[in-house]
Amino acid sequence: MRPVAISVDAPESSRTLCQKAGDTSTLLADPHAGVMRRYDLVHAGAGIKGQDSARPGECWVDVSGTVRGVNLTDNSWVRARPDQMLAGAQALR
Amino acid sequence: MQAHSGHWPIWAGFLLRWMALLSSCLIFVWFPVTRDVPWANLLLLGIAAALVLMGVRRACAPERPRRATSAGVAMCGGFVCATVMLARRLLASHRAPQMGQKAPDFRLSETHGTPVSLAELLAAPVKGRVPKGVLLVFYAGAW
Repeated sequence: MRPVAISVDAPESSRTLCQKAGDTSTLLADPHAGVMRRYDLVHAGAGIKGQDSARPGECWVDVSGTVRGVNLTDNSWVRARPDQMLAGAQALR
Repeated sequence: MQAHSGHWPIWAGFLLRWMALLSSCLIFVWFPVTRDVPWANLLLLGIAAALVLMGVRRACAPERPRRATSAGVAMCGGFVCATVMLARRLLASHRAPQMGQKAPDFRLSETHGTPVSLAELLAAPVKGRVPKGVLLVFYAGAW
């Protein structure tokens, strides 16, 4: 499974973050929150200087492009737990 | 009048709490040194919490009337509730993709500025093997 993180951060900002953390994951830039809007995962006005950003959310997609799992929360402090991540990965098999 | 003048720590703590929250998005967000690590907001929140705690202890002192004690406890409860409620202000995502639906395709730039689509991510091998799928993680960003 390939983890892909999406945020409104600019590519260079995400690149710096990856370099600092030694992370090799795929980080994608959605600066205008267009994809977040299509996935209905916009947190309006919550970004820097009041811009839209993403609400926490995880979506598992299999090779055919079909959604096999979605994890959403109504609390901006809450993220998916490791066991939820593993369960989502299992659903792709 | 004398009894009321003893409640200033609670009121000061309550006001400082709001100042700490509002200053985050109005002032401190403009400066990387206070935005990347919100130490200034945390410092203000810490002082606010200390003031509220001090106010509650003063209100709970034996010489204070019961009404002052109740007010102190109510203020402290309000402090906690307001903070938690502010963090839970996410609206429901009714149009988010559901299980069994096709995930909306997209094309976004990765960290080196190269555009990549969801279809390409699903097809590109990981460590020489075709991946079983993709985990899309949406997050607020570095700030």
